[in-house]
Amino acid sequence: MISITELRRSFGPIVAVDGVSFNVEKGQVLGFLGPNGAGKSTVMKMLACFLRPDSGTAAICGNDILKNPIKVRQCIGYLAENVPLYNEMTVGDFLNFVCDARNIRGKDRKKSLDRVVPMCSIESVYHQTIETLSKGYKRRVGLAQTLIHDPEVLILDEPTDGLDPNQKHEVRDLINKMSQEKCIIVSTHILEEVDAVCSRTIIISRGKILVDSTPKKLKEQYKCSLDEVFRKITRAKQIKPV
Amino acid sequence: MNSFVAVFKRELKSYFTTPIAYVFLVVFLFFAGYLPFKNGFFEIRQADLYFFFINMPLLFVFLVPATSMRLWAEERRVGSIELLLTLPITVTQAVLGKFFSAWLFLIIALALTFPMVITVCFLGDPDISLIITGYLGTVLMAGGFLSIGCFFSIVSKNQVISFVLSVVTCAILVFAGMPTTLSYLSTFLPSGLVSAIGNFSFQLHFESLQKGLLEFKDISYFILMIIGWIVASTYVLDERKAC
Repeated sequence: MISITELRRSFGPIVAVDGVSFNVEKGQVLGFLGPNGAGKSTVMKMLACFLRPDSGTAAICGNDILKNPIKVRQCIGYLAENVPLYNEMTVGDFLNFVCDARNIRGKDRKKSLDRVVPMCSIESVYHQTIETLSKGYKRRVGLAQTLIHDPEVLILDEPTDGLDPNQKHEVRDLINKMSQEKCIIVSTHILEEVDAVCSRTIIISRGKILVDSTPKKLKEQYKCSLDEVFRKITRAKQIKPV
Repeated sequence: MNSFVAVFKRELKSYFTTPIAYVFLVVFLFFAGYLPFKNGFFEIRQADLYFFFINMPLLFVFLVPATSMRLWAEERRVGSIELLLTLPITVTQAVLGKFFSAWLFLIIALALTFPMVITVCFLGDPDISLIITGYLGTVLMAGGFLSIGCFFSIVSKNQVISFVLSVVTCAILVFAGMPTTLSYLSTFLPSGLVSAIGNFSFQLHFESLQKGLLEFKDISYFILMIIGWIVASTYVLDERKAC
């Protein structure tokens, strides 16, 4: 459902993403790992058609991100890293705005809201202004925004960052529940999360893919915990072929 | 179209859920009402709104950039632009949605100056068509300033910078057409160039609408001005949205 070919993007002299290619199929949850500044967010922004790649392209649900960005945005749900929201709006107004923009109307809108609001447990803050919410609630509102049109592809940039352990658990459950019918990319620093939700992991560093494997295989191969695997791979200068 | 309406509606609502609208309306309506009386609205003993409209360029040079500076600068600073432009909304739809909602807001502010119209109608027998072209000219000028403000709001993430740049640009475009400026320029520039500068400025086109002249060249000047700055805005935004 997602196929990426040779994506490349630099900011001035810094090469953020350097020829990344991979495919993700329906039913897969891809854990996108890497140290800070590895280019995870940049790849995700390019997939969400927010940043234009310098070269290379990607297709999501058969739509090219360069030729058909609006179609791509219609079929993905994208949660950005710092969860930008319109702070002066109430949660309800905000979700209604997203429905407007995504052209969800009438009965469909009621159905989507009835589905997504309990799913992200934001009923209690529905009429509250977003700027008065705690970080955890803001993130859940952001998650509701990404799920409102029931997208086939989800791109979540550090979805559990700033959540308390219970909320983290809930988000992971949510991802697990959806994993069957959807194609999901999750970026994260938290390695236990990879164990909990991902069926596949890609580790990138300095814009290049170092490893494309499954969490299980990685652990077997290196015979240690994922933490140590991550450290070994991203610190080593010469990488053994996997 | 749906996305345009969504952006338009959200923006317009946001004026009234934040204090911006009320602060703006109070300041604008105070000066719009105060300046004509100070200039001799009663003393001239004429039933028209000449003294009301003549202050509008100066008032709008400051107030329109004050409304437009947040249009994109804020969105980029907070990062909500990443949300807006990853929804199925094109850059053009977003720019137009914001522009038209801000324009409608300024039109609402202008509509609230209706007591001035009632006053002259009560005191005398004014030429209604003159008042209508006066308002039309003011609305078009507001649109022109707004498109400039919109452009500079995209150029800089910092609201103060975008405010200053748009005030300066608007002021240049107004004062270039003032009689004093033109007569000074004519001392050392060829007359063709001076009249070109005059025609490039808001002032001459605005004034001819104030005289009740509904000419194609004046209307098209404003429309082209708006389209030009808006098109430039969409290009710049497309380039700079992520940085």
